[in-house]
Amino acid sequence: MSWFEKPAEAPVRVPTEAIWAVCPSCKAYITKEAWRAADKVCPRCNHHDRLSCRERVATLTDAGSFKELNAEVSFNDPLKFTDSSGSYADKAKATVAKTGVGESVLTGTATIEKIPVVLGVMDFKFLGGSLGSGTGERILLAAEQAVALKRPLIIVSASGGARMHEGIVSLMQMAKTCAAIARVKEAGLPYLSILTDPTTGGVSASYAMVGDLNIAEPKALIGFAGRRVIEQTIKQKLPDDFQTAEYTLAHGFVDHIVPRKEMKAFVAKVLRYAGF
Amino acid sequence: MAKKTQTKLSPWDIVQIARHAERPNIADYIRLLCEDFVELHGDRLFGDDRGLIGGFATIGGEKVVLIGHRKGRGVEENIEANFGMASPEGYRKAMRLMRLAEKYGLPVVSFVDTPGAYPGSEAEARGQAEAIAHNLEFMSTLKTPIVVVVCGEGGSGGALGIAVGDRVLMLQNAVYSVISPEGCASILWRDGTKAALAAETLKITADSLKGLGIIDEIVPEPEGGAHTDREAAVAAVKKAVLANLAALKKLPLDKLVEQRYAKFSAMGRF
Repeated sequence: MSWFEKPAEAPVRVPTEAIWAVCPSCKAYITKEAWRAADKVCPRCNHHDRLSCRERVATLTDAGSFKELNAEVSFNDPLKFTDSSGSYADKAKATVAKTGVGESVLTGTATIEKIPVVLGVMDFKFLGGSLGSGTGERILLAAEQAVALKRPLIIVSASGGARMHEGIVSLMQMAKTCAAIARVKEAGLPYLSILTDPTTGGVSASYAMVGDLNIAEPKALIGFAGRRVIEQTIKQKLPDDFQTAEYTLAHGFVDHIVPRKEMKAFVAKVLRYAGF
Repeated sequence: MAKKTQTKLSPWDIVQIARHAERPNIADYIRLLCEDFVELHGDRLFGDDRGLIGGFATIGGEKVVLIGHRKGRGVEENIEANFGMASPEGYRKAMRLMRLAEKYGLPVVSFVDTPGAYPGSEAEARGQAEAIAHNLEFMSTLKTPIVVVVCGEGGSGGALGIAVGDRVLMLQNAVYSVISPEGCASILWRDGTKAALAAETLKITADSLKGLGIIDEIVPEPEGGAHTDREAAVAAVKKAVLANLAALKKLPLDKLVEQRYAKFSAMGRF
């Protein structure tokens, strides 16, 4: 009675998490393979999940074209900052090890549909994409490289704002980066700002908002002050679409909202209009 | 605190002086510093911010464009001035006046004293972020000397939006920070009562900022703080502003803009 006997090998049990990804927005189950193939955009509800900087580079640039620049520029600890959870330097070192990138922005050269560009892509996983002195320096260098190479500059933003742990030095990066971008524009080169979820605080109030075009992903959180702070200030509840990409567009500060899978082609089209 | 000498003041003590209700405000600077002041209103787009003002001014015989955050004296005036918290129309007015200064060959003198940019829903709707960002971009290449005086609270982006200067002066008891000590305490210490510790850790005083290469000069205050003798405090500011203007006016404009770029590029390089 062979059908009665136990099979020689028990079936391999694979944990659910190995096969399925779950959309953080609508909670749909999608296979991990499909999630990756969709560049982490939910096929059911169109939620655009956050990407690491290298995942983003893969969606935007021609395969294999990205060459990192300024990798030697890493974080600084000018205040020797510690708080109740420990030292900033330790936290930053751990983040560098975990993310595989030296700061909250990855910079380099690449091609987009064969058009050579200089690209900066922020990573929210790196201390909340916070703007520190290393971030500002990488962006300034990328801008100067764009001018030297006569290439358009593209920066993809994802940030909770300025990095508190570097204090006033972080704040100054807002001015530093904008000064560098002014030079890109003076050289007649395009500067495109791509705003992803979230783009807030000191990043929103500096390079993210001064693109020749400000291009946003659908439903990205884009704003300056935090929602709770605003609600406490005006003592009113805010509309649900407040500080979304769609809201920001309706109020005149975003040129176009582009779904992730169309972003590369859209950027290339704009650059061709700009003569590249 | 009246008994403490300057050297014994903690960063938190200094925050209190910087925020003191009787500290010289923009109205005092205009009254005591300027032989003449012609206020100019409006951003040509939406309205006239009462928390950030500006116009033509004459200081020690020097014609300038003066801009600054406006804190009121007393509750009523402060409500009207929104406690020095500017909205997008304030930053846009400032930029309009700075461009006028460039056109007329007048230096810009900017007085920074704000708890921060106004975090209201209408300010967000009208592009608070873009207004500040736009100023940062255009101040960086403005072809006229810019002298900034951080005279009270330098509240983060709301301060920086009019603070991209060739020379950044700071009063001895002013503070300048990326976030308020209270805000930092509640986020990083999860305890709003740790504000004094946050103030110390953030290094927001004039001495710290000079050490970090963020400001160029510290303007001395009367013992106990500027509020104890407004005339003397403003006299010290006048001296420093005029000396810096004289030095900057000697530079050809393209050299001036180059140096400004170098100055801000160097911030964060160690």
